[in-house]
Amino acid sequence: MKHVLSVLVNNHAGVLSHVSGLFTRRSYNIDSLSVGETQDPTKSIITLVISEDEEMVKQIEKQLYKLVDVLEIRDLTGEDSLKRELILLTVRFSPEKRAEILTLIDVFKATVVDMTEEEIMIELVANPRRISSFLQTFSKFHIVEMARTGTIALEFPTARKVRN
Amino acid sequence: MSLTLHFRILVRIMAGRKTGAEVMIDILLRNGVEICWGYPGGAILPFYDTLFHYADRIRHILVRHEQAAAHAAEGYAKATGKLGVAIATSGPGATNLVTGITDAKMDSVPILAITGQVPTSAIGSDAFQECDIYGISLPITKYNALLKNVDDVARITQEAITVAMSGRPGPALIDFPKDIQTATTEVLQPGPLKIHPRHWQKPAITGDLDRLIEALDRARSPMLYVGGGAITANAAEKVRLLAEKGSIPVATTLMGIGAFPGNHRLSLGMLGMHGTAYANKAVMECDLILALGARFDDRVALHAPSFAQQAVRAMVDIDLAEINKRVKVDIWVSGDLADVLSILVERIKAQNRTSWVERIQALKAKHPLRYFRGRGDIKPQLVIEKLWEKTRGQAIISTDVGQHQMWAAQYYPINEARQWLTSGGLGTMGFGFPAGLGAKLGRPEKEVVVITGDGSFQMNMQELATARMYDIPVKIILFNNGFLGMVRQWQELFYNQRFSHSDMDYNPDFVKICEGYDIPAMRIEHEREIDKGLDFLLKSEDAALLEVMIPQAEKVYPMIASGQRYETMTEVGEPLPGEEEYSTIPNREVEFIKI
Repeated sequence: MKHVLSVLVNNHAGVLSHVSGLFTRRSYNIDSLSVGETQDPTKSIITLVISEDEEMVKQIEKQLYKLVDVLEIRDLTGEDSLKRELILLTVRFSPEKRAEILTLIDVFKATVVDMTEEEIMIELVANPRRISSFLQTFSKFHIVEMARTGTIALEFPTARKVRN
Repeated sequence: MSLTLHFRILVRIMAGRKTGAEVMIDILLRNGVEICWGYPGGAILPFYDTLFHYADRIRHILVRHEQAAAHAAEGYAKATGKLGVAIATSGPGATNLVTGITDAKMDSVPILAITGQVPTSAIGSDAFQECDIYGISLPITKYNALLKNVDDVARITQEAITVAMSGRPGPALIDFPKDIQTATTEVLQPGPLKIHPRHWQKPAITGDLDRLIEALDRARSPMLYVGGGAITANAAEKVRLLAEKGSIPVATTLMGIGAFPGNHRLSLGMLGMHGTAYANKAVMECDLILALGARFDDRVALHAPSFAQQAVRAMVDIDLAEINKRVKVDIWVSGDLADVLSILVERIKAQNRTSWVERIQALKAKHPLRYFRGRGDIKPQLVIEKLWEKTRGQAIISTDVGQHQMWAAQYYPINEARQWLTSGGLGTMGFGFPAGLGAKLGRPEKEVVVITGDGSFQMNMQELATARMYDIPVKIILFNNGFLGMVRQWQELFYNQRFSHSDMDYNPDFVKICEGYDIPAMRIEHEREIDKGLDFLLKSEDAALLEVMIPQAEKVYPMIASGQRYETMTEVGEPLPGEEEYSTIPNREVEFIKI
């Protein structure tokens, strides 16, 4: 089971290595980690996707809470939050595959960012499931390069309202 | 020159400005720091220059290796409950502190490490003696910071001290660039701390206290398993009240020694890998085991799934992350142990539990600690028993790591909290002697005896110079078997007697080493010399060392091998020809009280 934790931290050098170091040190399995500033520039959010069971995730939360720079942790695993990832993909194709690729891009509502006669660069912002499905679909083509972000997540205002 | 300098300082102070170094020392003083251990060097020179001016208010002890500064700070902190402070320069000075800081993290000891750093403008340039001690110390501190602005010195110093001392204590490190030490600021007060209150406020009690009380009342054969947390929380007295009210026998961990009187009728001594047979049998027979400030580590719950599996497993710990970490418990409470114990003592039913207490007494009588004597050579266990008698069990014992540590834990019942100093979690050879020096300076009225081995002592024996320079009268018992004894024991038992690189063939002559440092020393080799040797040691007014030659093959028993179930415990070793079994009386409290 994948868990998504949103960790609000102080925004200063060292925090990221402190948090990621905890995962190495205690050999917790981490799928992705993304970090960025919040509306308050003194604070950042680190979004962690963790492949561990429920018990271990609890343990991870408790260990994270012991770090001085960790301010708040929210479990955004469930339906109450929006999750997004971004993937950038460059695919090489032969002329006869061109139509198929363009159709698939359309199916996934992905965007063509750049194109030459034999290569096409695609961008897709989607939830993690659609991203992996997209990647799986395109893996039969010749992927020249790719880059993807980790998951970021934000609680829906309607869910926030209920919670508060 | 010097007059001009003082004049300059005066002018600056009158203008309401102080240097970073001055601000930091002011905050240390405000927090009750009276003593620190350290070693100067380039990047910490301005701080040391300031220490020079503050010499009447803060005592500095010059060690001979920075690792010893960290361990001395730990020994002081463990013996007094106060903050220990260690100072080093940048680069190698800082990295030499790392072992001591890690030790403090593992054993939850409040120390503050202050390291010099190259000037901020040079950071990242691989300057002379530059190292990223901030990065290095991230996983081994509770709090660490690299000072980049002199206006932050007061607040960050206060945060470091507060975090180190609060909750489950631990080490803090402040990396102090040279230019920030000399820069001046008007910010002399810490102001509001910028850390979350959960790092310094006493936590509320959470978990299921009612169920714990109910389970304790219902249990027929409960036991307490008490760890270092009980000492940190200053809760030893309350542990005793709980045990006595409920007639609940008490085993302690290595770190918990002193949290319950070692010769109390309800004491089981230490449990675990080298615990007493009766403590370990009690673990297998009890119907409830309550861990108090203990963490089910791999030297106690060796095989976690089977540890006291017949019993209700319960725990109280201030650190939520310890709950269900290695052993899944049935009931837990989190909070300050002293507070939780006050409630437990008040609310549990007074019970006699006669049959369980009798069972415990029978286990003690039938399975006492045993060793063999009769060949005239010196058995370390006997030396420690005699040390106990001669010091009336009142000395602060500081140990290194290895066989001698286990014999000391077994044969020197400790009655008071903060009387037992040892490196438990990290198992740091070289801890004992500097920690003993720190303890003696913190509690000069107490006899401090360092129990060490030939391997461990050589890891920090340069501190003989420190003991001599400041006349710190610690007494050292060095058990010499010419081997890394515990390594040898494992090689004998688990590696078919292949003693790979564990012999110390070229040990120095320790008596001559001491002579070189002007420390009185004596060597004994025969059982008949034990009294003479101990009398020499204990009557010395200076620091002194007694080297005790012991047989190589002597092993620590009882023993449960790493990762094994309690059922597999080996209670006692094999006698050599001519040896007879000698057992120690677990109920020495009778004798003790008479004295």
